[in-house]
Amino acid sequence: MAQAAAKHGENHAHGHDHGHHDPQEMKILGFWFFLISDVILFSVLFATFIVLRDNTAGGPILSELIKMPGVIAETFILLTSSFTSGLAVLAMNQGKVKQLISWLAVTAVLGASFIALEVYEFIELIHEGFSFTTSAASGAFFTLVGTHGLHVSLGLIWMIGLMLQLKKRGITDVTRGKINVISLYWHFLDVVWIFLLSIVYLLGVM
Amino acid sequence: MLEGLKEFASEFFVTGDPLIYGAMVAIGITMITIVAVLTYFKKWGWLWRNWLTTVDHKKIGIMYIIASIIMLFRGGVDALMMRLQLAMPNNEFLNPEHYNQVFTTHGTIMILFMAMPFMFGLFNVIVPLQIGARDVAFPFLNALSFWLFFLGAMLFNLSFVIGGSPDAGWLSYPPLSELSHSPGVGQNFYIWGIQISGIGSLATGINFLVTIIKMRAPGMRWMKMPMFTWSVFSTCIIILFAFPILTVTLALLFLDRFAGAHFFTLDLGGNPMMYINLIWMWGHPEVYIVVLPAFGVFSEIVSTFSRKKLFGYKSMVFAMLIISFLSFFTWAHHFFTMGSGADVNAFFAVTTMLIAIPTGVKIFNWLFTMYRGRIRMATPMMWTLAFIPCFIVGGMTGVLLSVAPADFQFHNSYFLIAHFHQVLIGGVVFGYFAGLYYWWPKMFGFQLEEKLGKWAFWTWNIGFYVCFMPQYAVGLMGMTRRLSTYGWDTGWWELNFVSTIGAFLMGVGFLFQVAQIADGIRKYKSLKASADPWDGRTLEWSIPSPAPEYNFAITPRGDDIDEWWEEKERRAKGIYPPEQPLEPIHMPKNSGIPFIMSVFWFIAGFGFVFGWLWMAILGLAGVGICMIARSFSYDTDYYIPVDEIKRTEASLRGSV
Repeated sequence: MAQAAAKHGENHAHGHDHGHHDPQEMKILGFWFFLISDVILFSVLFATFIVLRDNTAGGPILSELIKMPGVIAETFILLTSSFTSGLAVLAMNQGKVKQLISWLAVTAVLGASFIALEVYEFIELIHEGFSFTTSAASGAFFTLVGTHGLHVSLGLIWMIGLMLQLKKRGITDVTRGKINVISLYWHFLDVVWIFLLSIVYLLGVM
Repeated sequence: MLEGLKEFASEFFVTGDPLIYGAMVAIGITMITIVAVLTYFKKWGWLWRNWLTTVDHKKIGIMYIIASIIMLFRGGVDALMMRLQLAMPNNEFLNPEHYNQVFTTHGTIMILFMAMPFMFGLFNVIVPLQIGARDVAFPFLNALSFWLFFLGAMLFNLSFVIGGSPDAGWLSYPPLSELSHSPGVGQNFYIWGIQISGIGSLATGINFLVTIIKMRAPGMRWMKMPMFTWSVFSTCIIILFAFPILTVTLALLFLDRFAGAHFFTLDLGGNPMMYINLIWMWGHPEVYIVVLPAFGVFSEIVSTFSRKKLFGYKSMVFAMLIISFLSFFTWAHHFFTMGSGADVNAFFAVTTMLIAIPTGVKIFNWLFTMYRGRIRMATPMMWTLAFIPCFIVGGMTGVLLSVAPADFQFHNSYFLIAHFHQVLIGGVVFGYFAGLYYWWPKMFGFQLEEKLGKWAFWTWNIGFYVCFMPQYAVGLMGMTRRLSTYGWDTGWWELNFVSTIGAFLMGVGFLFQVAQIADGIRKYKSLKASADPWDGRTLEWSIPSPAPEYNFAITPRGDDIDEWWEEKERRAKGIYPPEQPLEPIHMPKNSGIPFIMSVFWFIAGFGFVFGWLWMAILGLAGVGICMIARSFSYDTDYYIPVDEIKRTEASLRGSV
């Protein structure tokens, strides 16, 4: 806060941009607040899952159905995509637009394979009789994991849109702000996945 | 074909109740009149350019307040219908089902579609002016928030004539709100109306947090910030943490109803208590969300109309921040009787009682501010004074309710109803009225005449006590809430009859306010307000009324608490700030996307309500296209040239 205030004062001392404030900096702060709200959203879903996970109503039990190899593969793919999105930001900071777009493309491909694996996992579970409507536990599982998957999917559409904008406009103050924001978002989804892995899958099979 | 259509219409529209036929006709006539007037005066273009697409925070604020007052009318009519039904024993004015719908929509509308938008209206109009900013942090998002709220509210209100209203109570506890007990579409209207407007509320919370953190005038450090802005800041913190809980809770309930999940059902492992915990984790902080800005309003008014600095500025700030923190640790006091056990009940009883301490600090600060002040009895100050005893009584009955063992007696009785109306009307509604009267000249550029305002004040206040004091008594006599009728043998009817008279007196008060505003609009030319009609203390009074679209021609400084007051003192001593050259001002461009995107949300919501998946997908696709269109548009701002600023300032002030 103190830093922000100091910077704020400085902006005015130099008097540039006619008393207006750095819009990119504000967008990133706003996005952090959005992420806080998303943390709360996931926390509620985690709480719901933890409360309801044993309420299987005589139906199939998740921990007996989980196939860890698939989950481990998903984890590695998503962690790698977080790393490549970091490389994209590095390329951006060096001003290399082509490299930036390629790293984003790699990130998007990894994200899409994560989604594909997740959908496959869901279909397998449904075949085993563990579907959305089976019990409170199954509904809580699909909602929690599915919400993360939905976040990743929306991130993919967003990323493709940004790649098109980068192609047209190159690296400007505005596109730089947008890339910074999506990379924040992507890392955040990775963190959420770590919690999913620990609470839903690892604690489930242990 | 015709038969099929007839059958569809009889299910689609609500039929069989003369009250609702009357409402349908009234809605029809109003809509036709609006369309006819706009067409006749050729105002469609004006409406679109100046209002529907605006990103100006002051106009958005005004739209919020207008929508909120319309909702106050609707929620108020609901209240009067309930009071009519309860005025006499064995009354048959409303049947039980209709009565359930009326109390459900009354509660939902008053909290979510009246109090919230009124509050956001005041945020929007005042916060940027108080901190010396030209806009909010995200003007486009701000417009989107408003339209999401507005179309969410319209979707909710539609349930009245199309499909049927929700009737499971304002917080829609399962299993009442589940498909098994509410098979109609009313509950879906509830879910989607609130969900859509709730997204807007969350966005507003984020928007104002960033605005207050990043856009304060140079020199305005945290402890120099005006008190209303502080109250908005602490409110937005609560919004940020509470509203996502509501979003998820409603989404889960919808998944139960729409997709066959079992989160809160009675069968297949569902747990209704889970819902009740979650909804109150949002719901209790929500009441602090709406009351803290009212505290901010009172702080501004007490100090302005006592012509004194606010007493105990720092303790006021800490009290507010402590309230926003504690508000998250009280939710379980809403179900002391549901078997949580003595330890849990004791914890929540203590945290609930603790909130009385910072609130008491604030009350004493206001009293000490008035002590030896030169008090002026203008309407904003009168509402503030009326609030204090009202809130003290409401607070004390609240402490009674927070005693867990005693709560077993009060629970779900009219005592509780009287308590929360006392704090919500006495605190929130009185506060927002005070704020509306106080900032009216700044919003519209003219002052309201006080005479009708004083009539409104007295009828409201007398009506308030006549309405709610008997309810404490009748509650202690055993009358429970949500009761649609009772017999002569209960001995409740005299008190209920008096209470109904009080409710109608408040209705008369509302009519006086409408008359006062209409009268003001009629005479606005002769009532023109100066920049600083109340001899104010904060920066919003340093610019013309109404404020020009760029707010401040020259960015002000905010080195002192009550900066504008200090500036006036300095000017009286002949010390003027150095002349600064005007510079072009950077402003956001209007955009139609927020309105169009919200219409698509409305379409999606309507599709989900009726389970028409094609319509829901169409709506969501529209939302997605609007988001992409926004992301791809780069030409979103412009500069106001110096000449134009000079012209505007000259016409507003007479000279620059």
